[in-house]
This record gives sequence, structure tokens and C-alpha cells, in this order.
Amino acid sequence: MNNDFEFVESIIKSGIPDAMVLVEDMTGTKDHLAITVVSDAFEGKMLFQQHQMLMNLLKDELKTRIHAVKLETFTKAKYDQANKG
Amino acid sequence: MSNSFNVLNSEINEIAAKDKSLELKIQIENLLSSSKVVLFMKGNAEMPQCGFSANSVAILKNLGVSFNTFNILNDPEIRQGLKEYSNWPTYPQLYIKGQLIGGNDVITEMYKNGELQEFLKNN
Repeated sequence: MNNDFEFVESIIKSGIPDAMVLVEDMTGTKDHLAITVVSDAFEGKMLFQQHQMLMNLLKDELKTRIHAVKLETFTKAKYDQANKG
Repeated sequence: MSNSFNVLNSEINEIAAKDKSLELKIQIENLLSSSKVVLFMKGNAEMPQCGFSANSVAILKNLGVSFNTFNILNDPEIRQGLKEYSNWPTYPQLYIKGQLIGGNDVITEMYKNGELQEFLKNN
């Protein structure tokens, strides 16, 4: 993981301890981030609720150093399934 | 005397503010129930003013469902109020039967994996 984005991972883990977090710099400017999160905390939640969980955690950062995020969320089972095919 | 006047004044302001937010909430709920499918977006279906809104419109048109749009660029109070109402910070925002579905990322993903079609069928 790129050290520049450790703060993103630690913020997400503060709310979702079992989260596996991948952060990608989409534009090379370190403020447009593609964030993939895998966690069983998403189980049984609608997709918008999963994104809402992340945006609530990142709320303050989104007002300051992060300009835009593209979120992808998976439960562990869904992630394994997605990476099989 | 001036003290009690100030107290009264601040109470009136408080009531007025509450009234305003209640009015806004009613306005939002009326918009949400204006159609089974409502898209709050920048611009309108014929002329979207943002790429993400345009993409969401294209998906809804592809699904062949009838939907209402609301141009948030024309109404700063709804634009801010709906963000707070739904706890969703960006536009577009799609609602089905008054239930938030999500923004363009969520709409796109649900469309690709068939969940959006499924949700529309079941609701």
C-alpha cells in the first residue's frame, strides 16, 4: 500500500475494524481516490448504505484533502466470488 | 424589558427556523412521492449539466422506466436540504418509492449486476 494513503486506511478501520482497504490514486494528484473496501460489516446492507458507512467515516477528509472518491464495497464472500472469474 | 424582548425575539426566530426546516422536509417528501422513480440531478433528462447525472439518466432510459427528474441547480434549498435529509453528500441521487438507492456509482454497479432491475420489479 502506498504510504500516502495510510490515513485513509486507518480512518476506515477506526469504524470498520475488519476492513481490507485498497486505495488507488486515480489522477496522480492524491485527491481523487478509488477506494475498495472488503468487510463482513457490509453483510445484509444495501449498496448505498455500504457507501454511506464509508462516506460518514471519510466526511471530514472529503471536506479537506480528498476531493472525490470512487467507492467499491464487497463482503468477503462477494470479493472472493468476484476474483474467481 | 429589553431582556425579555430579546428572549421573545430569539424564541420567535427559533420557531421560524423550525417551521422552515419542517416546510423543507414536507417539500422534499412531496418530491420523493411525485413518482415511483425520482432522480435529483444537475440539469434535466433532456439536458444534463454533469457527466454523472447524464450517465444516470442514460441508465434509467435504458431500463425503460418512467421517472421524474428534479434539477437541483435551480433550487439551492432543496440542493442542501436533501443532502442532509438523506445523509448523501453528492448528486445525482436516485430514489425508488421514496427510498434512496444511491448516486451514480451505486446506480451503475446495481445496473451492471442486475440488482437495479430486480429492485424495480419488486417495488
